[in-house]
Amino acid sequence: MNRFRILFALSIVGILSLFLMSSDHADAPAVNGSTADISDFYAFAGQNGMVFIATLQGPLSPSATETAAFDENVMIEFNIDNDGDYIEDLVIQALPGTRGKTKRVWFFGPVAPSETGKSSTVMLDAEYQGAVDITAYGEEANIEINAKGMKFFAGPRDDPYFFDQTRFDAILGGTASGFHPIGTDSYAGKNVMAIVIEVPTSLLGGTGVLNCWVESKRKQ
Amino acid sequence: MKMSYIKLVSLSAILLFAFAQCSKDRPPKKDFEGTYVQEDQMGRPAVNRILVPASSQNAFNTTIPSQMHGAFFSDMLTTLYSLNPNFSTNFIGQNDTMMVSLFATDVLTLSTTGVTTFYDGSNIITGRKLSDDVMNFELTLIYGGPTGVNNPGLTDDKVNVNDKAFSNSFPYLATPH
Repeated sequence: MNRFRILFALSIVGILSLFLMSSDHADAPAVNGSTADISDFYAFAGQNGMVFIATLQGPLSPSATETAAFDENVMIEFNIDNDGDYIEDLVIQALPGTRGKTKRVWFFGPVAPSETGKSSTVMLDAEYQGAVDITAYGEEANIEINAKGMKFFAGPRDDPYFFDQTRFDAILGGTASGFHPIGTDSYAGKNVMAIVIEVPTSLLGGTGVLNCWVESKRKQ
Repeated sequence: MKMSYIKLVSLSAILLFAFAQCSKDRPPKKDFEGTYVQEDQMGRPAVNRILVPASSQNAFNTTIPSQMHGAFFSDMLTTLYSLNPNFSTNFIGQNDTMMVSLFATDVLTLSTTGVTTFYDGSNIITGRKLSDDVMNFELTLIYGGPTGVNNPGLTDDKVNVNDKAFSNSFPYLATPH
């Protein structure tokens, strides 16, 4: 009898989880609006090295920004390919977490990853590491610099993307034939959750040109 | 006697402070154990949204760059012609397969020694600055024809700067609204 009850309960859980999974995946794109949603990626020469920026969860209204947070189950991984095969030779992994009551983001790398591709483990023993307290909405930006000169920031910022997305969607949808003479920035007044790092170029390897991209990866 | 007591107290205070600092910096390693699996990916702006068919956008997000060309090139080529049936070449001298090949592998090329910009009139995709008007450049590649002047109503959204000024120093982004 007991065994039957357990089996019955397990099968109900199984059926429910199947149902929940399929309803979640019915929406396309699956990642849109989630805590793993990458809004934009920037890479450029900064004051003291190369700057990499990932913006997430955008566009956020000011009121949504008050409660927005990094997901502690989502790694943001900056990938660097130095030899043109589009496979990462180095990664910088950003991991939001909590120590005591302090919300921080820890950084590991640049370091050669133990495995490349869709699945990753955190490179906890990387030579280069850093951490920064997450800047709270409305507060002065926290900036940390490690011994190698790498700089770190994590927190809400203005959404840096600018585009008349509404009009472009109308063009793609066939209800408009072109842009307006005066455009409207669909991202004006909006925010994102941002991770910014600046890395001395000598830590990035390569011979003057590299390929880079960002991935969000969820803990299983 | 009293002096050494004070010394002892201040020494322990310093040690405690140092320990607190270290423990705050030390990562919560247990929380970071396990496997992390890709949910989203991005190299260049808007590639997925514009050139990948809606039905394949989730799959594109969870594909690694080295496999993107094989998986999505032909669909993206079809999308290019659905956007612009008259596409021949773009203003940086690419034909259809050259252009779709460039965009099918969604990585951002970055110069670590020269100018870094998405497009500044002479440098082409050597990085992406915050102020780069990336959409006008991409739309001109798709719609602008061999000299970039075709379909002017489709190549410039007339939004050419951000609503807040960027900073020249770290962290470069503007404060939130």
